[in-house]
Amino acid sequence: MTGRDALIGIACLAGVALLAGLPFVVADYGLSLAINIMSYTVLATAWSLFSGPTRYVSLATVAFFGIGAYTTAVFVETLAWPLVLLIAMAIGSVVAAIVGLATLRLSGVYFVIFSFGLAELVRQLVTWFEVNKTRTLGRYVFADITAAQIYWQLLALAVLVFAIGFLIGRSRLGLALRAIGDDETVARHCGIDVTRAKVALFVLSTVFMTLTGAIMAPRWTYIDPAIAFNPVVSFTVLIMALLGGVHRLYGPVLGVVPLALLFEYLLARFPNHFSIMVGLVFIVIVYVVPRGVVGLVEDTVRRQAAAKSAA
Amino acid sequence: MLLEVTLSGATLGGMYALVAMGLTLQYGVARIMNLSYGELLVAAAFAALWFYTGVAVSPLVGLIVVPPLAFALSFAIYRVLLQPLVRRARTRDALEVDSILATFGLLFVIQGVMLAIFGGAYFSYSFLAVPLQIAGATVAANRLLALVLAVVIGVGLYLGLTRTRIGTAVRAVAVDPVAAELVAIDVRTASALAFALGGALVAASGVLVSMFLTFNANLGVVFTLKALVVVIMGGVGNLLGALIAGLLLGLVENYVAVFVDPGLTLAATYAIFLIVLLVRPQGILGRASR
Repeated sequence: MTGRDALIGIACLAGVALLAGLPFVVADYGLSLAINIMSYTVLATAWSLFSGPTRYVSLATVAFFGIGAYTTAVFVETLAWPLVLLIAMAIGSVVAAIVGLATLRLSGVYFVIFSFGLAELVRQLVTWFEVNKTRTLGRYVFADITAAQIYWQLLALAVLVFAIGFLIGRSRLGLALRAIGDDETVARHCGIDVTRAKVALFVLSTVFMTLTGAIMAPRWTYIDPAIAFNPVVSFTVLIMALLGGVHRLYGPVLGVVPLALLFEYLLARFPNHFSIMVGLVFIVIVYVVPRGVVGLVEDTVRRQAAAKSAA
Repeated sequence: MLLEVTLSGATLGGMYALVAMGLTLQYGVARIMNLSYGELLVAAAFAALWFYTGVAVSPLVGLIVVPPLAFALSFAIYRVLLQPLVRRARTRDALEVDSILATFGLLFVIQGVMLAIFGGAYFSYSFLAVPLQIAGATVAANRLLALVLAVVIGVGLYLGLTRTRIGTAVRAVAVDPVAAELVAIDVRTASALAFALGGALVAASGVLVSMFLTFNANLGVVFTLKALVVVIMGGVGNLLGALIAGLLLGLVENYVAVFVDPGLTLAATYAIFLIVLLVRPQGILGRASR
């Protein structure tokens, strides 16, 4: 470990410690904004964990987020909290494994289409189950969890997703994934079990989405399928990750912070035209910064370096 | 009972087939994976509603007026919004990802506009809602008319693509854009044409659907999804495949809705989709490629 690496490590620890102290200094509104940003940080980073290297656009974030939220709503009053999180993880992983095994053996476009409707499918199944079996549409979530505790859990989850992303980047799996992203046929000929690598990563990334949903559920106190499986969440995560840049681990955060603040403003200012605004912001991002803020910065640095060496 | 369910399933299937034919033109020829596709259908349905209830013009007139407008709009969308992406993309996969992202944004814009104008409520209007007796089964006249018109449009499209020079050029681009360029086909124009034609088709379907279905501003996504499933099931770029797969999906959905549970139709759609993916990923009539 060089001195520079040690310094970065210490800076990260200090940053986490500072963020952990946040609930003691800010008021309620600040805390709810921080929770919002933190949950999207986990979601966007988890999203790009899978979609960054493989380049498969997943539109199913909210399917897993909603599964997590619903698991909490069903079990929170009868089971211990860690057990609830474990159950959410298990359900999310099983669904992700089924989806991954069915679609990831094929060309990426099947996966996109499947993920496009997955949230709607899960929502209809949950609705059907609730109406026909439990006869209650909508549930109250009464949990003895404060906003600060939710924030700390999300912070822990964020640290975990960054740590795992960092480790994957340095593992054989990470190398295999980069090879798949560059050229799947070549990767397969190098002896990489392409399907297994993709499914494993997909399941891993969805576990974080499911957990975020499970942790966030007590914030609402009341959920029904339309709230838990709101497609805008998938969309927002996608925009944030793309704006930041998906080919670096820290990229999505750079998109999350400005966009979370912007959406907060837009939602307060134009509540009825919110989705038009978000759609327009998104189109602009796709055209103007296709490789994200990180890509933009890296291109500028490279160009300046080239200009310097030419001079 | 069975005949009634089959007939109304065939009507729904005919709509799916028509919608999917348009999408297979957009995806198979212009190589644009258009996630905002269904929004145009809903917009056309709203246009037909406005024609009928606002200015008392029959949806049949709407069927003549709306598709050309959708054609022009789609053509403009392709030229302004999507052609820069086509030019930027180095590979087909890159274009696929870019077009998915751009049209996903477009989806929210169009949906947002419709929500702002009409709200989230469900709409329908009563046009030709008279029961007809066919071989002992009762069918609403508007459904039957929609089915007949869908067949007429579908057959017209099929003949246009197989019997005319432009149609042949469009099909050539679907098979191989590079080779098509080598035999002096203007790939760009053919792509724009196919994309616009797809838009006109989905708008026509929207007018037909509005005659017998209740719709709201959020319905577009469901139609896009079903059209995508039908396109994959039938084989990308294959019109006959889209026809068969569309009818199949409509029938299965209606059987499930009537005999099992109306809440499980989407699950049935996904079940069929999964089976096709596992057994014949190239589609029912598709050729193995890629």
